[in-house]
Amino acid sequence: MNAIIVSALLGVVMMFSGIFTTNKTIIKNIATVGVLVLLAANLMEMYNLFSFDINTHDLIVTQRYGLFFNCIAYGATFIYLLLSASDITEVGINVAEYFALIFFVLCGVAILSSFNGLLMLFIGVEILSIPLYILTGADKRNLKSNEASLKYFLMGSFSTGVMLMGIALMYGATGNFGMVHSAGIRGAIMATQQPPYVLVAGVILLFASMSFKVSAAPFHFWTPDVYDGAPSVFTSFMSTIVKAAGMLAFIRVFENQYTVLGPTWHIVVDFAIVTTLLIGNITAVFQQSVKRMLAYSSIAQAGFMLFALYANNTEIAKEGMLLYAAAYSLATISIFAVLIKLQDYTLDGFNGLAKKEPVLAFAATVSLLSLSGIPLTAGFFAKYYVLAGAMQAGGALWLIIVAVILAAVSVYYYFRVIQAMYFKEGDPQTLPISGGFKAALIAVAALIVILGIWPSALLSWLYF
Amino acid sequence: MIPVLLLFIPLVAGILGFFIKEQKAASNWAIVASVVTLITAIVGIYAMPASMHQFEATWLPSIGASFSVALDGMSKMLVLLTAISMPLIFIATRNNNYNNPGVFYALMLLAQSGLIGVFISMDALLFYFFWELALIPVYFLSSIWGGEKRIAVTFKFFIYTFLGSLLMLVGILYVYMHTKDHSFAWSSFTNTDLLSGQETLPFFLFFIAFAIKMPIFPLHTWQPDAYEQAPTATTMVLSGVMVKMGLFAVIRWVLPLFPVATSAFAMPIVIVSVIGMIYASLIAIKQDDIKRLIAYSSIAHIGLMAAAIFAGGTLGLQGVQVQMFNHGINVIGLWILANAIESTLGTRKLSELGGLATKAPTMAILFVVLAFANIALPLTNAFIGEFLLFNGLFQYNIWIAAAAGVSIILGAIYTLQMVQKVLFGDVSAVTANATEINSYSKWVLVVIVLAVIALGVYPQPLIDLTKDSVNALLVIK
Repeated sequence: MNAIIVSALLGVVMMFSGIFTTNKTIIKNIATVGVLVLLAANLMEMYNLFSFDINTHDLIVTQRYGLFFNCIAYGATFIYLLLSASDITEVGINVAEYFALIFFVLCGVAILSSFNGLLMLFIGVEILSIPLYILTGADKRNLKSNEASLKYFLMGSFSTGVMLMGIALMYGATGNFGMVHSAGIRGAIMATQQPPYVLVAGVILLFASMSFKVSAAPFHFWTPDVYDGAPSVFTSFMSTIVKAAGMLAFIRVFENQYTVLGPTWHIVVDFAIVTTLLIGNITAVFQQSVKRMLAYSSIAQAGFMLFALYANNTEIAKEGMLLYAAAYSLATISIFAVLIKLQDYTLDGFNGLAKKEPVLAFAATVSLLSLSGIPLTAGFFAKYYVLAGAMQAGGALWLIIVAVILAAVSVYYYFRVIQAMYFKEGDPQTLPISGGFKAALIAVAALIVILGIWPSALLSWLYF
Repeated sequence: MIPVLLLFIPLVAGILGFFIKEQKAASNWAIVASVVTLITAIVGIYAMPASMHQFEATWLPSIGASFSVALDGMSKMLVLLTAISMPLIFIATRNNNYNNPGVFYALMLLAQSGLIGVFISMDALLFYFFWELALIPVYFLSSIWGGEKRIAVTFKFFIYTFLGSLLMLVGILYVYMHTKDHSFAWSSFTNTDLLSGQETLPFFLFFIAFAIKMPIFPLHTWQPDAYEQAPTATTMVLSGVMVKMGLFAVIRWVLPLFPVATSAFAMPIVIVSVIGMIYASLIAIKQDDIKRLIAYSSIAHIGLMAAAIFAGGTLGLQGVQVQMFNHGINVIGLWILANAIESTLGTRKLSELGGLATKAPTMAILFVVLAFANIALPLTNAFIGEFLLFNGLFQYNIWIAAAAGVSIILGAIYTLQMVQKVLFGDVSAVTANATEINSYSKWVLVVIVLAVIALGVYPQPLIDLTKDSVNALLVIK
């Protein structure tokens, strides 16, 4: 509960801070401290020190796993603000509002990690999404930003409609808003031996709308345009913390789904994984803009995260989801932080960066290695854990082989950036870069490597 | 403790090396570090008790992976090869100049650390780690300091091997799920509850990764280009030591894990290897570039070793062990010569060379000895190795041995042709002002040639060193 309440309050605080000061630095610092307060509040609940006691009638159930996910998400947000807060203040004039919206998104994250029932899922998804529609269009004078915002909003509200339709059908079939694996739904199946068609239709619609939220194929079409059009700082936020939260909700709402869809479930998930991996990886190969490439890469990475869904709640896959969220967020935030500093987002814009800004190039390289899953980086263990989870769940060997072949494809587009930075000549134009920014980048790179050698450094907090 | 030292001396030296700016200083640093590693290896292997040859520490207990390293016969031999090669390479190429020399030598040392890690790890996940880590420095070395087409060629090499290792990762996971105690330890991997029919899939997942690395036909297409484009010092590491990773890995991680699948698929693999030998030899005859010629000749030699591994038997396996070492130092010798010719004359084309015997007699003598070793003439070290390999093949199937024998004849043709075109004939415009090779390369070559002859006359030390692993393998089989 702490995280939900504190993040909402902080959002309000940020909104009003805009009235009292227009100094960007102060606002930025309030936000950074705010995230730390939020993290502390969440930790307090995690260690049973203090939590708001509110009777939600079981609509919200906080568990260690969800609270730990909050920690990862807020930790990642903190790093994100350290690296990019000053770029957020450059997007437009309503600086305080941007930070306020980010806190509202974090409130959505907290709901998605603790909802218990489809109604709260819906509310969480909406609280998460609506601020993003605004952030996408934050660059008001940029036509692409406007277009992206409108597109995101229209498609997003359509998918919301689909989700509501699915929830309504499931409610009709079972008479309650319980989770897919809840007693009510199992009761409905027991009564008829076979799940009623209304229920199956509802589950499928819910699956489609959740796929939309995490940009899993074939509901991914909005992703490249929106990620490309949105101001880069917000793309970074959307494609990491928000996406991981969406994925967590996806996994939580569908855990133990076998009972509802039976063997059909496997066909649905297999199809989602294979198409997501294929479309994400293959299309990313052809991109000339690094920003757009990262958009497709985020689709591809979502395909890997779906393995945690496939693995259906095995211990290792649950840990893998956390590690994936951390590894993917760290790497993507850091590469976006570098990207924002460059004037030219095309691959050629990276030419010769290693000579001019060795620290930036090094940090970007570690991030790219992590995204491609090379050992000694967090990305390797992230992929390892989710694949091992899928392997443990059984029956997925061909799927895993397809996934690793496509992971080899992903090396192609990630390494093209490394090639541009290290092996090609050029004179990239960068924004002014501060020493603190470089230090933060190095810290993030070190964190990626530490998690790559010793993932228990993160995962053991889940139990202790 | 010894394996840990062998791992960390080059690793730490490599990391420190990044901060050296000056050419000579960087080169000296690399030589000192690699000599220290060599001394540690020799003292550790021959003078320390067996209890020092193992080390185990907890790493990820929750998934059953541990930092477990050990030196047994086979890994001792390959660690020695790695430790001997690096100082030889550094000294022989001391006159080469690089941009950012500190980074160059640092990456070379990191590659050495990764290679040693591959040879000593006794835990599958750790093995996978080092398998990849040995590759990353080589990727950067070749892409930054390589030839004209370096970026594309190295990239092909990287993706090729990366795909292979990812498949191996799936294989590792598959076997891991079948271990009785859910552990990555080598001892657990060799003692799984895999049914004989379940071995096929992981066998191929592992084997493809190793076959790409060796490389054997038809997965060899990355190799000649990569050897040609990489800077010569890196090529020496690649062909002298790195390709042994594939052979080594088959012996350590395939034969004991999947005995049924190994014997079931031995025949097709042996046949493909022999086809590859003949194919590579035929192409080598047609080559005009010394580097490409040596590359194809290397494919032929590796093919023979791969065939002997799958043919099995004491003699064949013993031969592979001996030959891995011999091929390593011989091919490094050949690369040093190629490097010397290229750096003094500016060309590697056989058609532009000629008459070097009169211009550089010392080099000519060394060249001829190494060429003889490449054909495996008696009194050279390669003779013993190939004799044992052929013995193994002969016992397996006489016709296959005969076909493999053809490649020996072809080997003589291309090697002697190379000797003839480089050393004899008329002095060409390019070679008119050729000089003797520099003293660094010369003395390294002298050491290599002495080793070639010494091990050719008395190969017993190598056989003694590796006897225990061969016997252990046969027990498992």
